[in-house]
Amino acid sequence: MFSLDKLKKNQLAKIEEIETDHLPLKLIEMGCLPGNNVELIHIAPFDDPLYFIIDDCHVAIRKKTASKIKISLI
Amino acid sequence: MKKQLKIALIGNPNTGKTSVFNELTGLSQKVGNYPGITVEKKEGICKLNRTTKAHIIDLPGTYSLNASSMDENLVIEILLNKNDKDYPDIAVIITDIENLKRNLLLFTQIKDLSIPSLLVINMSDRMIKKGISIDIPLLEKKLKTKIALISIREKVGIDYLKELLLDYRALSKESCLDISEIDPNYFSNLRKTFPGQSIYKLWLVITQDVNFANVHREKVKDTTSYKTQTESNLKRLQQKETVKRYQFINHSLKETYTIDINKATDYRSRLDRILIHKVWGYVIFSIILMTIFQVIFDWSSYPMDFIDNSFSNLSEWIKFNFPSGLFTKLLSEGILPGLGGIVIFIPQIAFLFLFISVLEETGYMSRVVFLMDRGLRKFGMSGKSVIPLISGTACAIPAVMSTRNIENWKERLITILVTPFTTCSARLPVYLILISLVIPDKRFLGMSYQGLTLMAFYLLGFAMALASAAVLNKILKTKYKSFFVVEMPNYKIPLIKNVMLTVFEKTKTFVVEAGQVILAISILLWVLASFGPGKEFKNAEIIVSNKYESLLLEDSDLQEKIASYRLEHSFIGILGKSIEPVITPLGYDWKIGIALISSFAAREVFVGTLATIYSVGSDKEETIKKRMSGEVKPSGEPQFNLASGLSLMFFYAFAMQCMSTLAVVKKETNSWKWPILQLFFMTLIAYIVALVVYQTLK
Repeated sequence: MFSLDKLKKNQLAKIEEIETDHLPLKLIEMGCLPGNNVELIHIAPFDDPLYFIIDDCHVAIRKKTASKIKISLI
Repeated sequence: MKKQLKIALIGNPNTGKTSVFNELTGLSQKVGNYPGITVEKKEGICKLNRTTKAHIIDLPGTYSLNASSMDENLVIEILLNKNDKDYPDIAVIITDIENLKRNLLLFTQIKDLSIPSLLVINMSDRMIKKGISIDIPLLEKKLKTKIALISIREKVGIDYLKELLLDYRALSKESCLDISEIDPNYFSNLRKTFPGQSIYKLWLVITQDVNFANVHREKVKDTTSYKTQTESNLKRLQQKETVKRYQFINHSLKETYTIDINKATDYRSRLDRILIHKVWGYVIFSIILMTIFQVIFDWSSYPMDFIDNSFSNLSEWIKFNFPSGLFTKLLSEGILPGLGGIVIFIPQIAFLFLFISVLEETGYMSRVVFLMDRGLRKFGMSGKSVIPLISGTACAIPAVMSTRNIENWKERLITILVTPFTTCSARLPVYLILISLVIPDKRFLGMSYQGLTLMAFYLLGFAMALASAAVLNKILKTKYKSFFVVEMPNYKIPLIKNVMLTVFEKTKTFVVEAGQVILAISILLWVLASFGPGKEFKNAEIIVSNKYESLLLEDSDLQEKIASYRLEHSFIGILGKSIEPVITPLGYDWKIGIALISSFAAREVFVGTLATIYSVGSDKEETIKKRMSGEVKPSGEPQFNLASGLSLMFFYAFAMQCMSTLAVVKKETNSWKWPILQLFFMTLIAYIVALVVYQTLK
């Protein structure tokens, strides 16, 4: 298990744990919940922010936020 | 009997909610503000059938009822308060067929408020392309509601939607989730403490304070004494609630909604690959920006010339055809030029917002936000600050307003404070005339010095905005956490109706907001310039006639000399002279001082004021230029040389000379503190830079 900011491009993973206190609820509501799939599809220049597909939802978040999400590879 | 239904449109951003609103209300809509706050309020009337009209309110887009911004908070306030005059008879939740699952989260929350809720699934035209099939009757049963499957783009299903609205009493008010499931103990206590209240509503009120500090709202019941859970526990419960809701949604969609993945041809990923590429992304963005600026200046020059001519013709016409007197003078010299000063900017502002709204509608703007976030974050701003910074090149007023969707208060405040540094269209006439006066009309490697100077000043504006943002970022402290969550919507071809309505609205905002202030100040300035305290002012005509008696001047020349003499001894002339000691080190004389004072209202009056001071009858640019270049200091050297000209341009680049912007900043930050600081510091910076420039080049 490792954090989402370490995921490589085009890798698919499953969300295992989220640090609720450090995540905007908006992200959780978009489907960032344990059990859902996540894929990194683009990395912005200078490595931040990151563009994911989280449970069918296309969303960009900053690295710091991504580090609060624990995942495992599928 | 005529009856007006109250309908609220609610939905996630990017679901086409505004398109539905535009389709239903058309031009009957009006945009205002909610009392006390600056959130935009959009409402309109829709005829449902021959006898029933509905009053439709388009609530700000929100992902859920757990608000994280000012806009979102408003949705909850209205929906929680049955006595609110905007409390709807029907809640219409707009969803996008491609993101149905996520969009339904909000639907389940609204439904739990026991407001009759109707589900609209928009963009049905994309079903075939995306291989989506949906069983509407079964889904209606599962969600206990009625569903209108529509496509605004192809105008399908809108009449059926109206029928469903008329029949709103048939809508079930049954809830989707029993909130007490997430923590039976906690909620049964809550029920005991506040008997007779909806516990879901109570729950929303309690958690609202956690999500969004500093809101004043109508309290459903004082719950502040009810603290049995820590903040982080409450958040965990909210997460649990979200999970439960998704379980319900997944269960509802399982048998009713399918996507054939093989059919989902994805041009989104192909476009993304180019548009947010680490090299091509920036190249494309620069090309788009440059094209936009080029086009704005080229296209708007025609209507601007037309407006300019029309207003001066009208002034002349009034002067000659109205009985001469104070009122005619006020009209032709105060009010009309003031109005003209506002109207002349409409073309540029309209064109700029045309492009911005096209970029937003296509979904490209989110990619720009993604590309620019890292860079702008260094300066304490967000990727979302790109839009205000670009809009600022037309006018700071709509630009400051467009910061509203930046969630983080510090990032938003910094963006508001630095946006007025970008080169707005009011600075342009000042730059143009000064450049043509002091910059040699020569070419360097095929590029004209004058053009390069103008470009340099545009870049200077952006550079200064970034530099001051970096400073503010170090100074300002904030207790709010910074979050950045940007949905990357699918690419779409913009709907013309949406684009046009946005352009119309933004332009109207500018006219109204800036108009009031510019008009008021133009009148004030006219008064200051048309009256004077002393004998010199009163007897200007005699004094000047005597002075030039021997010269046998033509009548028109004499009249101009008189006007100039009058201005010198009017209130504003006295003001200009009294600030002379302060501005002499910058290379300006009292005449420029008058122009500086009068352009505090709006920068562009600079040229017109100089025209009057130098007693040039017409405001033809060539004539003013000739007169300005002939202006000499007592020492015999020209008043406008490279040193004083550049000093003046730098002063205009940095000084806060726009009352309307200050008024808008006051509204948006809800305090006088920020506009006053802005005024003070920007003017101070302008003064220092202009001083350094003049003293070095002199």
